[in-house]
Amino acid sequence: MSAADIHLTEADAHAATALQHHFDNMEQQREAGALGMWVFLLTEIMFFGGLFTGYVIYRMYNAASFAAGSHHLNVRLGALNTVVLICSSLTMALAVYYAQTGSRRNQIIFIILTMILGATFLVVKAFEYADKFEHHLFPGLGFQWTEHLPPGATVHGVQMFYWIYFAMTGLHALHMIIGLGIMAFLLYFAWRGRYTPEYHAPVEISGLYWHFVDIVWIFLFPLLYLLGAHLH
Amino acid sequence: MQIPLPKIDLPRIPFTPEQASTLAGHVDALYLYLVAITLFFTVLVVVLIFYFSVRYRRITPDEIPRPNAGALPLEVMWTIIPLLIAMTIFVWGASLFFALYRPPTDAIEIFVVGKQWMWKFQHTEGQREINELHVPLGAKVKLTMTTEDVIHSFAVPAFRVRSDVVPGRYTYVWFQATKTGRFHLFCTEYCGTNHSGMIGYVEVLEPADYQAWLAGGTSESPAAQGERLFQSLGCASCHRMDAQGRGPMLTGVFGKTQKMTNGQDVLADEAYVRESILNPQAKIVLGFGSVQMPSFQGQVTEEQLLNLIAYVRSLAAPQQGGTAGAGQAQGGTVTTAAPAAGSTTTTGVQPDTQRSNPVGATSPRRVVPPGRTTPSGGGGARPPR
Amino acid sequence: MSAADTPLNPMNPAAPAGAGAPPAAAPEFRARFAHKNYLNAHYGIMSWLLTKDHKRIALLYLGSITLFFVVGGAYAIAIRLELLTPAGDLVQPQTYNKLFTQHGIIMIFFFLIPSIPAVLGNFLVPLMIGAKDLAFPRINLLSWYIYLVGGVITIWALLNGGLDTGWTFYVPYSTNFSNSYVVVAGVGLFITGFSSILTGLNFIVTIHTMRAPGMTWFRLPLFIWANYATSLIMILGTPVIAITLLLVAMERVLHIGIFDPRLGGDPVLFQHFFWFYSHPAVYIMILPGMGVVSEVISTHSRKNIFGYSFVAFSSLAIAVFGFLVWGHHLFTSSQSVYAGMIFSLISFAVAIPSAVKVFNWTATLYKGSISYSTPMLYALSFIGLFTMGGLTGLFLAALGMDVHLTDTYFIVAHFHYIMVGGALSAYMAGLHNWWPKITGRMYPEGWGRFAALVLFVGFNLTFFPQFLLGYMGMPRRYHAYAADEPLWQVLNVMSSAGASVLALGMLIPAIYLLWSMRYGAFAPPNPWPATGLEWRTLSPPPTENFATTPIVTWEAYEYRPVEEMEVIGAGDVRPVQPMGGTISTSDS
Repeated sequence: MSAADIHLTEADAHAATALQHHFDNMEQQREAGALGMWVFLLTEIMFFGGLFTGYVIYRMYNAASFAAGSHHLNVRLGALNTVVLICSSLTMALAVYYAQTGSRRNQIIFIILTMILGATFLVVKAFEYADKFEHHLFPGLGFQWTEHLPPGATVHGVQMFYWIYFAMTGLHALHMIIGLGIMAFLLYFAWRGRYTPEYHAPVEISGLYWHFVDIVWIFLFPLLYLLGAHLH
Repeated sequence: MQIPLPKIDLPRIPFTPEQASTLAGHVDALYLYLVAITLFFTVLVVVLIFYFSVRYRRITPDEIPRPNAGALPLEVMWTIIPLLIAMTIFVWGASLFFALYRPPTDAIEIFVVGKQWMWKFQHTEGQREINELHVPLGAKVKLTMTTEDVIHSFAVPAFRVRSDVVPGRYTYVWFQATKTGRFHLFCTEYCGTNHSGMIGYVEVLEPADYQAWLAGGTSESPAAQGERLFQSLGCASCHRMDAQGRGPMLTGVFGKTQKMTNGQDVLADEAYVRESILNPQAKIVLGFGSVQMPSFQGQVTEEQLLNLIAYVRSLAAPQQGGTAGAGQAQGGTVTTAAPAAGSTTTTGVQPDTQRSNPVGATSPRRVVPPGRTTPSGGGGARPPR
Repeated sequence: MSAADTPLNPMNPAAPAGAGAPPAAAPEFRARFAHKNYLNAHYGIMSWLLTKDHKRIALLYLGSITLFFVVGGAYAIAIRLELLTPAGDLVQPQTYNKLFTQHGIIMIFFFLIPSIPAVLGNFLVPLMIGAKDLAFPRINLLSWYIYLVGGVITIWALLNGGLDTGWTFYVPYSTNFSNSYVVVAGVGLFITGFSSILTGLNFIVTIHTMRAPGMTWFRLPLFIWANYATSLIMILGTPVIAITLLLVAMERVLHIGIFDPRLGGDPVLFQHFFWFYSHPAVYIMILPGMGVVSEVISTHSRKNIFGYSFVAFSSLAIAVFGFLVWGHHLFTSSQSVYAGMIFSLISFAVAIPSAVKVFNWTATLYKGSISYSTPMLYALSFIGLFTMGGLTGLFLAALGMDVHLTDTYFIVAHFHYIMVGGALSAYMAGLHNWWPKITGRMYPEGWGRFAALVLFVGFNLTFFPQFLLGYMGMPRRYHAYAADEPLWQVLNVMSSAGASVLALGMLIPAIYLLWSMRYGAFAPPNPWPATGLEWRTLSPPPTENFATTPIVTWEAYEYRPVEEMEVIGAGDVRPVQPMGGTISTSDS
C-alpha cells in the first residue's frame, strides 16, 4: 500500500484500491483502459484483415471452386452459431449494464449466460470441424474432394477455400477461447463483488472485445457459408 | 502501344556499366539528372549546416537566441518545389518504364527458363544454350521467361534491363543491343545456395556471325518439338484440326479473345494456354463445359510447356482470317509456308530499325509458321516477297 | 580520466539551479547522490526482472538490443570479410547466405525496430508528457518478455541450422525449397511482433490520456509526435506481417498451395503482404530517429524548431502515406505497369514530408546558438546522411531507373544510408543526449565527439562505394562477384575497410559509455539546458518521475535562462515511495 494510500483519503475506498499508482484518477484510468482496447481492436482488424484480403484475392481467382467448397458447409449450423453469438452479445451487453448499475447477482447471471453461449458456439464449431476431418477436407493432410465440381471449379481451388475457411474460423475460434478465459476472469471478480458502479472498466472493455469477436463472425458467416447457395 | 524513345548518345560515365542497348543511354540520362538533383540538395543542405554551425556557433555559454517564428511562405516553397521536381522524375521514370516493359511486336523471341542455378535459353530456330545467350547486334530481342522452381530475376546491367522470373507466370524483357561483346548476365533475386553462381554472359554478335552461330546447331524448333509433344501427349485426339474433336479446335485461337462458359472474355495468350494445359477446368471455352480434360500438371516441364505454346501459336491464323486461315494450317505442319501479308507483324522495315534486320532471314532451317503474332525479328520484319 | 576531460561546464552555465562546476555544486552533488531515484529505489535482480517502471524496462531493452546489435554486427563483419575478394573463398555459399539473412533479421527485427521506441521512447514518453509511467506498465514489461522469448526462439533457430531465405522470406523459396529453420524463425518473429504491437499500443494510449495539465497536443515535443506516428504503424502494420509469417509456416508445413502456383496460389501475393508491413516498418525505424533529431537540434542550438506544426504533421503524413507505397518493391516482380505507376507516384509523394523535415531542421540552425556537443554532431550527420539516403530513394522510386538498380548494391547502400546513417546516428544522438538523464552521469565529451567523427567517416567509406557498385550492376546477396570487373574489387575493399572503421566507431562509445556509468561526472538535472519536462526532474529521475505533477504553462522549445527553468522537485530528497508497494493493490 503506497501510492494508493495517498488517494485513500480523497476517493472512495473501493475505487482507490482499484486505482493504479500511475494514474491521477479513476476517470483517467478508465479512459486509458477503454482506449487501449479500441487500439487493440484496430490491431485485430488488421490481423483478420490480412486473411480477408487473402480471401478476396483467391475468391477472385477461384470463384466457382469457392462456391463449391462453400456449398459443402452446413449452413444450418453456421446460422445457428450466428444466432448464438448475437444472443451472447446481448447477454454481454446486459452484463456490462448490470456492472454499471451495481447488481452483482445479475452481473454474474449474464456473464455465465455469455459463457454458455460462447461454449455452445465452440461445441457446434467442433462438430463442424469433425465433419470436415471425416470427409478429408482438411487442406494439406490428404485433402480429398469427391463431390461434383461445377464448371470452372478445381480441386486445388476447393482446397484453397478450405484452408481459408480453417484459418479464418480457427483464428476466430481462438479468439472465442480467449474470450471465454476473460469471461472466467470476470466471473471470478464479479463473484467477489469487485465491480461496482464506480469501478467496472474491466467488464466494459472485455465487452468491447466480445462484441468485436462476434462482429468478425457476422462477416465470416456470409463470406464462407453462403457462397454456394445457388448451387443445387 | 510502344512509346518510341529518341536516340540518345551519351559518353560513358565513370562508374557505370557499358551502354550496350538502345535503352542504356536513356537510363543513364535519367541517372545523371537524378545525380545532379542529389548533389544539388545534398550540397545545399551540407553547406548550409556548415555555414550555420560556424556562423552561429555558441560564443558565450548562457546565450539564448531569439526564438524563430516560422515562415509559411518558406514552408510552402520547400513543399512545392521538391514536389514539382519529384513529378518530373516520376514522369521521366514512368515513360522509360513503359518503353522497357512494352515489348515491340517485331522482335526475335527467345524462351528463357530459370532453374536453380542456371539459365536455359531456347531460340526459335531450335538452338539451346545454358548460361550463355547469343543475340544479334541491332535486332530487337524479346525474352519470354519463366522458372521451374523459385523466383529468379534476369538482369543484364549493360542493357539496363531486368525482370523477375516468377513460377507459374510468363514475364518479358526486351532489348536491342548496340554493341558487340560479352556482357554480364545475373540472377538478381535471391534463389538459394548458389544464387551467386547463377550468372552468365550475353554475347552480342554481328548479324552474320549470329547466322553462322545459329547454323551450328542441330535441334528442332520449339514449335516443331511442341507439335511432337502435342501428338505424344494425346492432345491431338481431342483438339483435332477439323472441328470434330471433343475439345476446341486450336487453329486460329492464339492471340484472339475467346468466350468462356462463365461469360468471361479471355485473351488466348501464353498465360492462358499454360493455364489450360495445367489447370484445364479453370477457364473453359463456351460450348465445351461438359468436357473433362485431364490436367497435365507434373507431366510437362516448363520447357515443354513453352514448346507447346510455340506450337499453339504457330497454329494461329492471320488476323482477319477465321476459318480461312485455319484451313491453311490443316495438317498442322508448321513448316507450311504461309502468306505473310496478313500477319499483324509483317510491318516491313520499321523506321526506327537503324540497321537492316537480316537476322534469320537467310537461315536455312528457319521455321516460319503461318501468321505468327510475334515471330522472330527477321521473319517478321522481312518485307513481303 | 577525470571530470576535467569532460568539457561540460560551458554547457552548464547556471550554477544555481543546474549546478555545473564541482566546487560550487558540492552540496548539490550530495543531494543528488542521496535522492531516491529509479536506479537505487530497489536492488537485486528480481527488482529488475519484475519491474513495472518504464525507465527500468527501457534499460532492460537497452541491454538486450545492444546484445543483438553485437551479434548482428558480427555477421556484418563476416560478410564484409568474405567480399574482400571476388571469389567466394572465406565461407561456403550456404554459410554466406545464412550470414546476410541473419544479419538482416537481427538488425531489423531485434535492433532497429525496437531501438529508439523501446529504449528512448520507453524512457522518455512518460517523462516528456509529465506522466508517472506508461498507461499499462505491466503490458510494457510483458512486451519486453515477449521480445525476449521471440528473440530466444529466433536465435535458437539461427544457431541450430540457421536461416537462408534472406530477411524477406520470399516464397516459394522459403516455403518449398529452403532447408533451413524457416518455421522456427517465423514463429520467433511472429512472437516478437506482439512486443512491438504492445509498445505501440502503450504509447498511443499514454500520449492520449496521460498528458500533464497544460500539455496540449501542440506543446508536445516532436519526439512524442514521431513516436505517436511510429506507434500507429506498429499497431496497424505488425499484425499483417504476423499473419503473413503464419501463412508461410502453414504453407511450409502443410503444402496447401497458398503461395504455390502449381496449386493455384500466387507467390507475388506474398510479396504484397510482406511489403505491406515491411515498407511501413522502414518508417518505424526512421520516424523515431527524426523525433530524436528534432529534439537534439533544438536543444543544442537553443532554438525552437522551425515550423513545429509542419514537422509534427509530416510525421503523421509519413505514417499514413507509408502504408500506400509498398508496391514500389515490386516494380520488377511482374506487377502490372499501371499499378507500378501509381505506387511510384505515391512514393514520390511520401518523399516530400521528409524533405520538409530536412529543410525545417536546417532552418532551425539559422541564428541559433550552436554547440558542437556529441549529440549535435550525430544529429547534424544524421541530416546529411539522411538527405543522401532519401534522395537516392528517389532513384528507386523512379520506375525506369529502379529496373536497373533494384536488387543491386545500390539498394543496399540506399537503405543503409537510411538505417545506419539515419536511424543509428539518431539513436546514438539520442543516447548521448539523454545519457545524463538515464544514468545520472555525463559521458566524456571529447571521446564522444571523436567517436561521432569516426562513425561518420567509417560509415561513408563503407556505404558510398556501394552506390557505385550498384549502378555498375553488382547484385546484392552475392557470395562471389565478377572477377573480370577490376573496379568491383577496389570498391568492395574500400567498403570492407570502411566497415572496420565503422566497427571501431561503435566500439569507442560502448567503452566510454560503460566507463561513464561508474566514473562519469554527476549530471545536473538539466545539463544542456533543454526545455522538455524530462529535464525538469532530477537526473536520474525518481521512480514516479516527478515529485509533483508538473503543470505546463509554456510552449514547446521555449528557451529561457536556466534559472527560470525550475526543476520540479529539485532538492526534494524525500525518498520516493517504492513502486513495489503498489503491486498488491493494482493486481486486479
